[in-house]
Amino acid sequence: MTALRFAGGFERGATVTFHVDGAAVRAHSGETLAAALLAAGVVALRRSPRDGAPRGAYCFMGVCQECVVRVDGALRQSCQVAVVDGLSVELRGAV
Amino acid sequence: MALPKPHEADLVVIGAGPAGAAAALAASRAGLSVVLLDEAASPGGQVYRAPPAGLSVSPGKRGPDDDAGDALRAGIAASSVVWRGSARVWSVSGAFRVDAVTPSGNESFFAPRLVAATGAHERLVPFPGWTKPGVIGLAAATILLKSQGMIPGRRSVVAGCGPLLAAVAAKIVVAGGAVAAVVDLSGPGDWLRALPGLARRPDLLRQGLGWALKLGAARVPVLFRHGVVAVEGAEACERVVAAPVDTEGRPRGGSLRGFEADALAIGHGLVPGAEITKLLRARHHFDPAAGGWTPVRDAFGRCSVAGLYAVGDGAAVAGAEPARLSGQLAGLAAAHDAGRIPLEAFEREAASVRAGLARMSAFAGAVGRLMRPRPAMVEAIAPETVICRCEDVTRSEIETAIAEGARDINQLKHFTRCGMGPCQGRMCGETAAGLLALQVGSREEVGYWTGRPPLRPVPLADLLGRFDYGDIPVPTPAPL
Ligand SMILES: Cc1cc2nc3c(=O)[nH]c(=O)nc-3n(C[C@H](O)[C@H](O)[C@H](O)COP(=O)(O)OP(=O)(O)OC[C@H]3O[C@@H](n4cnc5c(N)ncnc54)[C@H](O)[C@@H]3O)c2cc1C
Ligand code: FES
Repeated sequence: MTALRFAGGFERGATVTFHVDGAAVRAHSGETLAAALLAAGVVALRRSPRDGAPRGAYCFMGVCQECVVRVDGALRQSCQVAVVDGLSVELRGAV
Repeated sequence: MALPKPHEADLVVIGAGPAGAAAALAASRAGLSVVLLDEAASPGGQVYRAPPAGLSVSPGKRGPDDDAGDALRAGIAASSVVWRGSARVWSVSGAFRVDAVTPSGNESFFAPRLVAATGAHERLVPFPGWTKPGVIGLAAATILLKSQGMIPGRRSVVAGCGPLLAAVAAKIVVAGGAVAAVVDLSGPGDWLRALPGLARRPDLLRQGLGWALKLGAARVPVLFRHGVVAVEGAEACERVVAAPVDTEGRPRGGSLRGFEADALAIGHGLVPGAEITKLLRARHHFDPAAGGWTPVRDAFGRCSVAGLYAVGDGAAVAGAEPARLSGQLAGLAAAHDAGRIPLEAFEREAASVRAGLARMSAFAGAVGRLMRPRPAMVEAIAPETVICRCEDVTRSEIETAIAEGARDINQLKHFTRCGMGPCQGRMCGETAAGLLALQVGSREEVGYWTGRPPLRPVPLADLLGRFDYGDIPVPTPAPL
């Protein structure tokens, strides 16, 4: 799954660069981390605790907790975090 | 500095969707001091969600919801309502103390009256593969489309029931995306029966027909009376399988249809959150037409707990306009109960709002029927399907716990851990309760999870905020 940014009809903020397990990812200021990750094709964010099955963002409204990743060292719901320049996201271990 | 700062008001309103915003405005116009809290950065709620700062819909592309949302936000800004955004309420206690995590740490608010307007969340009856990345809620898709300007995938299947189906599919098509299929639990007959009710909102009906035409023009296959029975793919959604269902959503045999797709947006209706009313131990009753457990209320939203009002889709699912009107009534009632509106004026103002709400009831009824809970779908879930995403609890494990004697939903939680994970049972609660009800007889006997703080998980660091040790008041030690 790769989310696609609208080709037109939507104004976006300045380009920002954040890092996912060290790799640079570009997004736009104003986007949530969960959406920016999807747009970069990063769909599996973590593994389920018992079965180790891949999981990704599901509700985008802060309810399901499936989008939790490590952001600058702390566990965060990525659908509730706005991307900013220099953010560091870790999936390693979680995925 | 982030030591708790107490804020006092005549009324605290939690949730700034159409319901909460209307309640806050009505009460503040009547002279109450009102604090309006929402975890979102600006008012609007789900239906009128504003894109975050930095993103916006281009001027020529704005729809009616964008305008209604801007009007709502302008109304709040022009009023004397104290607006506090980015405030996630995690605890409500006493009569009443509200604690919220804000960008500057925890803040407490105190008021003798409280309006709960926290909205609904989505129901999804599980099927094999529903936990795979790439499967998202139908309502979740509206968030991506509306506030992020994104299409969920390169090729999407849109499935479930109710008006959001056509809305999501059409928005994807209009934005230039590909919809592999729309899979609708309802049949054309169900939609025809809903028409007279939906026609109470001619604007929305017109919008809906416009969506249907767009899907037709884009030649998107629409599978009526079908449900998704499986999502396949190694690490993520690659293929969605649909099958014919009966009027109750139960697979009834017949040929399977498979669609290559990297995204599935699916939802089976909305469930009133009713989180604050449950937390405060107000009385609730089970009402399938309202989406599930709903607080017992009078016509003005007054609950069984004195000073507590519940409004909008978080109390009973009815849609945006009924939510707004129910909020307005509760705001008026709060002002009247506080002695700020004399009886006669209160009755006069309330009468016209109640008449509006009555006109909407056929609309709400039609929407409610399309999105109603379908117990037969729960009955048809395959044994190895994961029910609780947080703890990977399957249907067969739940059945084992029931066989071992779990009789109500809280016992089930202790037997299986289903509902103990970080989502606090919001994702699995409806299904787990439905499974239990099949055995014990009714949803009433099964009950609902006991509400406990925190309402939403909050990182400890956020509660503490950033502070300087020097700012912490330390009492002078008593002389030895
Ligand atoms: C994800 C989603 C998308 C939807 N999209 C549409 C749509 O596109 N069109 C449509 O007609 N209907 C949509 N609906 C249906 C929607 O329920 C109603 O149309 C309408 O928004 C209900 O208004 P409300 O004021 O009752 O609740 P809402 O609009 O849901 O507002 C509730 C508010 O409470 C806030 N809140 C909840 N809990 C807390 C807390 N603990 N602390 C702080 N704030 C909190 C939320 O952030 C939210 O802003 C959607 C529903 C959902 C769940
Ligand atoms: S996607 Fe559900 S909490 Fe973020």
